Amino acid sequence: MAEHIVTSFDADLELLRSRIAEMGGIAEKQLDDSTRALVRRDVALAQQVIDADSRLDSLQREIEELAVATIARRQPVAVDLRDIISAIRVAGDVERIGDLAKNTAKRVLAISSELQPAKIVGGVQHMSDLVQEQLKDVLDAYAQRDEKKALEVWNRDDRIDALYNSVFRELLTYMMEDTRNITFCTHLLFLAKNIERIGDHTTNIAETIYFLTTGETLAGERPKGDTTSFATTPAV
Amino acid sequence: MTTQSATQPVPPAIPAGPLTEKVSVRNLKFYYGNSLALKGINLPLYDRIVTAFIGPSGCGKSTLLRVLNRMYDLYPGQRAEGEVLVDGQNVLNPGQDLNALRAKVGMVFQKPTPFPMSIYDNIAFGVRLYESLNKAEMDERVESSLRRAAIWDEVKDKLGASGQSLSGGQQQRLCIARTVAVKPEVILFDEPCSALDPISTSKVEELIDELKEDYTIAIVTHNMQQAARVSQFTAFMYLGELVEFAETTKIFTAPQDKRTQDYITGRFG
Repeated sequence: MAEHIVTSFDADLELLRSRIAEMGGIAEKQLDDSTRALVRRDVALAQQVIDADSRLDSLQREIEELAVATIARRQPVAVDLRDIISAIRVAGDVERIGDLAKNTAKRVLAISSELQPAKIVGGVQHMSDLVQEQLKDVLDAYAQRDEKKALEVWNRDDRIDALYNSVFRELLTYMMEDTRNITFCTHLLFLAKNIERIGDHTTNIAETIYFLTTGETLAGERPKGDTTSFATTPAV
Repeated sequence: MTTQSATQPVPPAIPAGPLTEKVSVRNLKFYYGNSLALKGINLPLYDRIVTAFIGPSGCGKSTLLRVLNRMYDLYPGQRAEGEVLVDGQNVLNPGQDLNALRAKVGMVFQKPTPFPMSIYDNIAFGVRLYESLNKAEMDERVESSLRRAAIWDEVKDKLGASGQSLSGGQQQRLCIARTVAVKPEVILFDEPCSALDPISTSKVEELIDELKEDYTIAIVTHNMQQAARVSQFTAFMYLGELVEFAETTKIFTAPQDKRTQDYITGRFG
């Protein structure tokens, strides 16, 4: 993209971009750390995740203020307008990702003293690996303005949904086996759902990137694999 | 892929129903002496729609406007090739009655150009060229024209005062009233607000929005936000060519041509 005749306009857009990149980096680390805290039962690391969330919140506020000011001062159109609207949307999604990672970390604290079957934690960890890959790819796609890469992310979310389904069923089984597992399993279920929701936010970002680069909105339903909303407990 | 949903605002809205071509420009070439200023333009002006022309200085947008009512005939060495059909009739034909054409296709210029006569006569002068009205009919025509141009309330008590005594914004609306008075079907605006302050500009824009209920309107403007505000279709011209013609919303959110994008986002040159 050629530069604007008014170079300070480019500087404004560049600042937005760099702030989003910073947010993305923090969110990636939040997700990674919260998962590691779960696997290693690392209470200190979980606390770090909780504390770091405020930085994401303040970055999001800064991005929104900057975006509003840029719209007011420059009256952007076409790709510039889409650029700024996209920055607002992506910042919102990344901020939510941070919130979900923070909530995950809180639950890690809550279950730190409980017995944790390694196998089922492994399922959640695997989910998190997939989501981290999605998050990294979509942030790269945003930085590179690459709608193809964004579409790949958009189409890949069903793997995470499938994994979430199996974690869901497994947790149900544990809870039915022994009621003392219920507290732990419920936390873990929310935790898995948090990670699955982070996956959904990465697809939101993918949709925003598509809009940013093409000017069109992604029509049609995204492939969805989360069927747990309809799940019932088999009669005991 | 849907480009427009029901909830997407398209200000000002394009009326429902099929668009009819009031003016059709077909393979139009225009020469200033030997230099080719328009290189084969094809473009419709839709009935009761505002079409904006944007583009850098010298791109040919004012030239195109001047061809539409054959303003160029006043100057030696300038000639047009191709067709400009107004209601299906080629107005470039040598046999075209120019007075009739200019009554049908009115024009408002960049600088307000009130005649050095009273406000009343500024309106009546043009009307007398085409019609013979009695005093009551003429009074009625002057009032309705001034009302149409949203300036009646400001001048009704001083119709005898000179048109040149008005403020710039009022003068421009007086000129619009003068154009409307001869009952045109197409109105051409050549940068009508470039000499006006923001308030007067808003009034003229509001006026254009109202006038489009009855007229086909073309407006040349250097103010892209103005094009975005007042028009339903936008044509981007560059170096004598029509680069892109599309709905205004489309041009200002997702233009197809890179040159259009570079121009409207301020990346040109």
